[in-house]
Amino acid sequence: MKKVYFDHNATTPVLPGVIEAMQVYLREEFGNPSSQHDYGEKPGEAIEQARARVAAMIGSNPGELIFTSCGSESNNLAIKGAALANKTKGNHIIISAIEHFSVINSAKALKKLGFEVTRVPVDRYGIVNPDEVRKAITDKTILVSIMHANGVIGVIEPIAEISRILKDKNIIFHTDAVQTAGTIKTDVNELGVDMLSIAGSQFYGPKGTGALYVRKGIRILPLIDGGVQEGGRRAGTENVPAIAGLGRAAELAVKEMDKRAVHMKKLKDKLQKGIFDSVPEVILNGHPDRRLPGVLNVSVKYIEGESMLMLLNMQGIALSSGSACTSKALKASHVHLAIGLKHEDAHGSLLFSLGIDNKEEDVDYLIEALPPIVEKLRKMSPIYNKEK
Amino acid sequence: MPTYNEKVMEYFMNPRNVGELPDADGTGTVGNPVCGDLMTFTIKVENNRLKDIKFKTFGCGAAIAVSSMVTELARGMTIEEAMKLTNKQVAEKLGGLPKNKLHCSNLGADALHKAIENYLSDKKDVAVVERKATKEDKEGQEGCKCPYCDSELQNDIPFCVKCNRKIDK
Repeated sequence: MKKVYFDHNATTPVLPGVIEAMQVYLREEFGNPSSQHDYGEKPGEAIEQARARVAAMIGSNPGELIFTSCGSESNNLAIKGAALANKTKGNHIIISAIEHFSVINSAKALKKLGFEVTRVPVDRYGIVNPDEVRKAITDKTILVSIMHANGVIGVIEPIAEISRILKDKNIIFHTDAVQTAGTIKTDVNELGVDMLSIAGSQFYGPKGTGALYVRKGIRILPLIDGGVQEGGRRAGTENVPAIAGLGRAAELAVKEMDKRAVHMKKLKDKLQKGIFDSVPEVILNGHPDRRLPGVLNVSVKYIEGESMLMLLNMQGIALSSGSACTSKALKASHVHLAIGLKHEDAHGSLLFSLGIDNKEEDVDYLIEALPPIVEKLRKMSPIYNKEK
Repeated sequence: MPTYNEKVMEYFMNPRNVGELPDADGTGTVGNPVCGDLMTFTIKVENNRLKDIKFKTFGCGAAIAVSSMVTELARGMTIEEAMKLTNKQVAEKLGGLPKNKLHCSNLGADALHKAIENYLSDKKDVAVVERKATKEDKEGQEGCKCPYCDSELQNDIPFCVKCNRKIDK
């Protein structure tokens, strides 16, 4: 059976060059970078080389990067670490309504410790209005965290504009760039952020890798205490093979970013047109232009996402949905509800996230497979008839 | 995606009795779009037996398989027998459902019972068969939660009883 992977926002495949870069640190060079003897030398160098490569990708100094175990850890370290280290200055945090759960739930955890959290809304495209951030600021505000791009609807947020509002206000600005770093140009100085989260699993690196950029001078409290690894801000023996893989993935991302974006956008546009031409009553979620090159999110009216995913999966096509039935919490995606979608339309959403391994024939295959599936499920749907 | 057994997959892929009976004697709808499941059953009754039964379902694979199984089990049953059909029996007939999908199966028999009650409400001469919710029915019924405050939602109430926010149905 033909297999098509349209779920790159869940995770990307690992590039052969990345695997190759990792192997030596799983085999011969297994040493602990903190060791003073020869075994520690090469692994130590590998970490610093990876740090330089990731720094080059986001335009920072290598010394401003902390390696973590994933995007979620980076977000936890940023939010909790900065809030706890700066609590004498204030206790108010601002995040957006469509953040990743690692940001939302970090903020929730801080609430239990006495912090106050404001969630600024987004418009119907999923975009944060910088004025809403301005209005939410109080003299107690110490931290603002707004994602660079949303992984569910692909919309890119006005980070640089928000950063101008926060300038000279002594408020730390963090952005979750897990969906952008390594995919589109993500430069910490152009964006004007103090902290930025990265995950290797989103740009053809290994899972279990992440990094947090922390601008020099920003104080954070570590989540993991122990030795002096990562400048004492993230203790624990480094995952050397994974970090080496992350570095290699960053290097390749910088080299191929433009080419990759052109490829994905071309396929995404074809996919979008193909779906809208062949399936009636589909809604585009997110902004039509201000979006990641490979992300398409649509709601197919009157039917539910999990049934669509199951029938597509039977034909070898893998993707995601914002339906309650596909989430373990049995709730519709908060992102879809935040942009004002009706619950039934949120349940009928499909998330296509394309990658460099996708081909034009994958898109053709999907466009052929989807319409009969939609028709079959609509025939079964009690809300399809009622609204006709 | 949850791992459904072969039987559930079979009933999902090839659902029985999909549709709506045009001259139905009774109609029953349960669930709501907030939770992602909505089922409508229509029945035709002859000589106190379910002569025909059809369903329409908006929902996940489990919800469709459950609806399909309910129609197959209930067809030919007397009204009394059909009112005794439990959600647990339906889930068992399907060889079990993933734990977080049990609330879908809890809708299936309820929709059937509603359709029967709808039929009986027009027939004053027939004693209405009372059916009380059993403990089994309630098992696994947690599932649909308020999108705002996370507390349990009740079917048929258009707002969350805890936080008072309106729930569009």
